Amino acid sequence: MELQQNVATEITFHHEPSNDTKRIWRTFWVMLFITLIELGLGLLLYATDWPYNLTLATKGVIVILSFAKAFYIVSIFMHLGDEIRNMIVTIVVPLLLFIWFICAFLMDGNSYKNLRNDYDKHFKESTTVKQKSNSNH
Amino acid sequence: MSSTTTTNKIKWWSGGKSPFNMEYGKLMMWYFLMSDAFTFGAFLISYGTIRFSQNFWPDPNVVFNAFPGAGHANLPLAFVSVMTFILIMSSVTMVLAVHAGHHRNKKGVVKWMAWTIVGGLAFLGCQAWEWWHLITGTHAVLADGKLELIGQTMRGNPWGNLADVNLVVDALKNTSHETLVSMVHEHHQNMTHETLMGMSHEQLTGMLNVAELHIREKGPVAFGGYFYGITGFHGFHVFSGVVINIIMLIMAQKGVFEKRGHYLMIEKVGLYWHFVDLVWVFVFLCFYLI
Repeated sequence: MELQQNVATEITFHHEPSNDTKRIWRTFWVMLFITLIELGLGLLLYATDWPYNLTLATKGVIVILSFAKAFYIVSIFMHLGDEIRNMIVTIVVPLLLFIWFICAFLMDGNSYKNLRNDYDKHFKESTTVKQKSNSNH
Repeated sequence: MSSTTTTNKIKWWSGGKSPFNMEYGKLMMWYFLMSDAFTFGAFLISYGTIRFSQNFWPDPNVVFNAFPGAGHANLPLAFVSVMTFILIMSSVTMVLAVHAGHHRNKKGVVKWMAWTIVGGLAFLGCQAWEWWHLITGTHAVLADGKLELIGQTMRGNPWGNLADVNLVVDALKNTSHETLVSMVHEHHQNMTHETLMGMSHEQLTGMLNVAELHIREKGPVAFGGYFYGITGFHGFHVFSGVVINIIMLIMAQKGVFEKRGHYLMIEKVGLYWHFVDLVWVFVFLCFYLI
């Protein structure tokens, strides 16, 4: 089968597509493995009654694993990793706005909770856990 | 690294060529997806803000523990794992379709596009079942001194804090007869609805073991709006992706791309489809895992 060539005038440099699908399948197995670890950690949080900080750390690990999956999807499946540097930068740099976006808004929510717990006793009493239980339903 | 050395010699910003070395439509698809990422990001961050502002939030392992055909079995995260697997799998078939397109292999493109569509429809079917189960499956909750049966809707959330057992005992007296009948019926499936309706309030309450019921209070109302809003918006993307995939399948089958000499359209719809999978990674993370 003949490879596609000169598909558009915008394309100056054409890189050869790979002949086999090894890389695709390897990425699939990596993503499946990461997902299984995530699920395992999620269920571990459910099965155990860890202190708050350990729970938070485990959730942090799950978040990092999800970003690893996102990297594989964008870099390998969407072929962004194969594009030239200019292209990668024009997509990735605007996304850095998310760093501020996430930090600012989560801190805002947290601050609102703290203020309400300080000044609205009814809110605090009606929403904090009174009874610890391992119930499933 | 031969490609890197070649591309480094080209003066990308000297004019007369695209500095991104990418066909116009594909570049615009990337920019659309970047803006769509901010839309989804804003939704998820808004959800995070509200969640951070609450002292209590329902445990996803408790909310999402049902599996089709498994009745009341407690299977946390099992069904959503199946959904995630379906979506990852359809992402693989999509990238295989793109790969076949690079080699101008029409049969390959048609085959892998068809599998991608099957995966998308399977995912939508799973989501439909999950929504139906959450909305129609009711749970007894303690509210205003009486027990009520509510499902997971935009107005109510049945997964609040566990209620104090003594308060639940008091609440039984104020609970409506129909609610009690439904609660007893759940634990005594062999007794018909009519028999139970004929029994007195005291007889019915006597058949309920309050300590084992694990009655909860109502949870945060925002849970429903965010869950249905965000998974619904994602499901809408999956749906439109399936429609676009079907159009591309038909065009590929009719030989449109073969005549054009390239399968760039498959690459563009592939980008959209992978983006849908990418969003699911974060929906899965925010609603089901943490």
